[in-house]
Amino acid sequence: MIDGALEGTMVQMTDRTGGAEPMLDPRLLQDTLGVALATGGEFAEVFVEDRRSTSAVLDDGRIEELTSGRDRGAGIRVVVGETTGFAHTADVSQIGLRAAATAASAAARGGGAGIRVVALDAATGPGPAVVEVLPSDVPKARKVALLARADDAARSRHGAITQVTARYADSQRRIQVANSDGLLTGDRQIRTLFSVSCVASGDSGLQTGRESVGHTVGFELFDRIDVEELARLAAGRALTKLDAVPAPSGEMPVVVGPGGGGVLFHEACGHGLEADLIAKAASVFAGSRGEVVAAPMVSLVDDGTMAGEWGRYAIDDEGRPAQRNVLIRDGVLADYMWDHLRARKEGRESSGNGRRQSYRHLPMVRMTNTYLEAGDDDPAEILAGTDRGVYVAQLGGGQVNTATGDFVFGMTEAYLIEDGRLTAPIRDGNLIGNGPAVLRDIDAIAGDFAMGSPGTCGKDGQGVPVGDGTPTLRVARLTVGGTAA
Amino acid sequence: MLDIAGRIVGWAESGEQVEAVVVHERETEVRAYEGEVESLTAAESRGVGVRVVRDGRQGFAYAGTLDPDALAEVLREARDNLGFATPDEHCALAEPDGVAPAEMDLYRASVLDHPTDAKVQLALDLERLTRSADHRISGVESAEYSDSVSESAVATTTGIRSTSRETGCFLAAYALAEQDGETQTGFGFSLGRQPGDLDVAAAAAEAAERSTRMLGAVKPPSGRMTVVLDPWVSAQFLGIVGGTLSGEAVQKGRSLFAERLGEDVAAPILTLIDDPTDPAAYTATGTDGEGLATRRNVLLADGRLERFVHNSETARRAGTSSTGSAVRGYSSTPGVGVRAVTVVAGDQSPAELISGIRDGLLVQGVSGLHSGVNPVSGDFSTGAEGLRIRDGELAEPVREFTIASTIQKMLHNVTAIGDDVQWLPMRAAGVTLVIGELTVSGV
Repeated sequence: MIDGALEGTMVQMTDRTGGAEPMLDPRLLQDTLGVALATGGEFAEVFVEDRRSTSAVLDDGRIEELTSGRDRGAGIRVVVGETTGFAHTADVSQIGLRAAATAASAAARGGGAGIRVVALDAATGPGPAVVEVLPSDVPKARKVALLARADDAARSRHGAITQVTARYADSQRRIQVANSDGLLTGDRQIRTLFSVSCVASGDSGLQTGRESVGHTVGFELFDRIDVEELARLAAGRALTKLDAVPAPSGEMPVVVGPGGGGVLFHEACGHGLEADLIAKAASVFAGSRGEVVAAPMVSLVDDGTMAGEWGRYAIDDEGRPAQRNVLIRDGVLADYMWDHLRARKEGRESSGNGRRQSYRHLPMVRMTNTYLEAGDDDPAEILAGTDRGVYVAQLGGGQVNTATGDFVFGMTEAYLIEDGRLTAPIRDGNLIGNGPAVLRDIDAIAGDFAMGSPGTCGKDGQGVPVGDGTPTLRVARLTVGGTAA
Repeated sequence: MLDIAGRIVGWAESGEQVEAVVVHERETEVRAYEGEVESLTAAESRGVGVRVVRDGRQGFAYAGTLDPDALAEVLREARDNLGFATPDEHCALAEPDGVAPAEMDLYRASVLDHPTDAKVQLALDLERLTRSADHRISGVESAEYSDSVSESAVATTTGIRSTSRETGCFLAAYALAEQDGETQTGFGFSLGRQPGDLDVAAAAAEAAERSTRMLGAVKPPSGRMTVVLDPWVSAQFLGIVGGTLSGEAVQKGRSLFAERLGEDVAAPILTLIDDPTDPAAYTATGTDGEGLATRRNVLLADGRLERFVHNSETARRAGTSSTGSAVRGYSSTPGVGVRAVTVVAGDQSPAELISGIRDGLLVQGVSGLHSGVNPVSGDFSTGAEGLRIRDGELAEPVREFTIASTIQKMLHNVTAIGDDVQWLPMRAAGVTLVIGELTVSGV
């Protein structure tokens, strides 16, 4: 079928990858799929990835190091019935790919062996995001210079700032997907991130503050954001908490500020709407499509097409174009999120949510940019109408048990609400609630929508970049996990 | 592998130090679902990380391949990167310190020799046994067999030549229990160095027990009470405590225990030891991320803070020697951390400890450790689930509540330690731990 001369051959794929760098020759992919299907597989896929990354860290007043990384390889899966076989290799020559294809097909043995030739058809889907300044074109010195500016700005904010960590990171991830349905497609995903963490020291001990900005853009990010302002925000957060009181304990109304609440939805229902968990009845939202699952003003969307956002891509890691998917419309559960395998079983299309951390991992259903649509309430009135509760300005991640619906999320900047006004800052802690109950207990949503900080979502040991956003909102009742009575 | 690392080090130019870390990992993972193999993954990864130090500056680069041309490129990149670092007198590679690695056999060829079909069968058996363990088990969200063979080598221009290899495997089941339309979850696991060490029946029974006993769980009232952490939970807590004792955190003003060496920071019954040289520890290893021998480090003795852990750089800065505590993968420079924290066990069984508690809570699971615990300030707040303890007996299940305190207070409030120390696949061992008072936030 393919002769040995093809080994390691690279071709230009300028039309799809937006750059002049080579990915793998379609004939090599075709050959690999042929080997993968040789033991009777029903579906086979080759996922090729080439990731280059740069990161630089300033800590304790000095640039500790600049790191360059390169990871390249291919993951091959073969599906027979309910079984998926998977193998990966960093060797993308014909020999390496054939060995991985053989291993994957051995893992998923079917009945009818034989040669199947797959005709690959280059997809005409969305092209990769346009990036103004490729990070790889920017001198390392310019990247490093940002760090010292952030360090200076944070430290000059106040003498109580005793430690600053600033981090710059960029990555270029190029992917190529070919499968036995004849799909051949690719994408180039650029990400640029900057974060600052500060420690403030006072009579009450140590406190921390963090701020980060990340987008699927190139170095032009720094034309739009001011790293010094970012550093001052992080420092201010740590300083404020030096005066923080212990968080209250027990059920009370919780107001979440604009941009801050995305994690709440990510945990309260986002994971529970992933079709793989639904299929295993490991989600409280299984069997709830078409039903009222939230207060009527709640409309929740997962949108992988949002330009520049952290969870944005042109195609997912199964080659499917990203989509805007409405999950909850006016309180009614509209649909789940789907990857290729789960959609195939249901006889429907994937929703473009099949993602993986790297070529070393199997894809599964994952969120992209998940956000709550703006409502009609006035943020000031929401606050004024809350007698006693907690206002969370910044959330710090969370976790959910999708089968029971119980979820937690952390607060890293929060205040007491007393008589409708923000009063004392409170110390870090978790809040806990139950997804279906919290969705119904949302009693106010404002019009001040904002996206939140870039996040990394973990599931089954795989981390993928995700974004989220919300306007100001109030949950009538959540349990705040502090220590004060 | 040591050859590859040595070859890179051989390319060092005069006036520079070079360190190469080479890693090779092989993994098998089998997931079973409803009597069939859901997925079977055969994975093999190689990687190299290179550090170059010159004039107190370090540069680093890595690649997920051992291709000959990639090796030279990684060294070149690392060399180029060092020019951007700020010079620091303590920045240098580790030097051989004469400490021999503990004699441990952590490698079992049987992990590679064990037929794949037999590994598949273990996952299938686990799923079947979990499902049939109790009539209330409605499903098994995941049932998994996983093994790994890890080999690594470190070479430096300062004369370090070290290798290590370890195998490990585990079974883990995540059960769903259902009754009256309510679902609860629980996991069970078994781990070892080779497939023959695994106990399928025990893992299945544990998953079934932990999920079914949560059926009917209610939200408890808020208040302060005695809380018993089960081994799975205490291991996570002790791991966080171990993390605060990193020399790097201390030097950078990010440890709540800085300046407190020699002070009583915990209840006198608590002695905490980081011992990666104990072959019983799942995370045991003879050498650290810089190629120095790991060693037994007493962190807290009878509640008194004895020591912080160091890699060679933080040790130099502190005017002491490395405790063999450099932790890293091939894609990062060495950090500092504990690997295998354990306590000196008490002499009472978990049942005996519980029998002495009139009103309390047994916590069997926590969530949100990354979001509600601040290891710098010491604030500790996590989601939790477990069972009430009434008059010395386990009573009704409770869920959707948090437990909160500070790390500082919790260490002083350890009132009893069980006799059930067990190694888990994390940086600390678990043991039943009684905390005299924690704030429970529920209704």
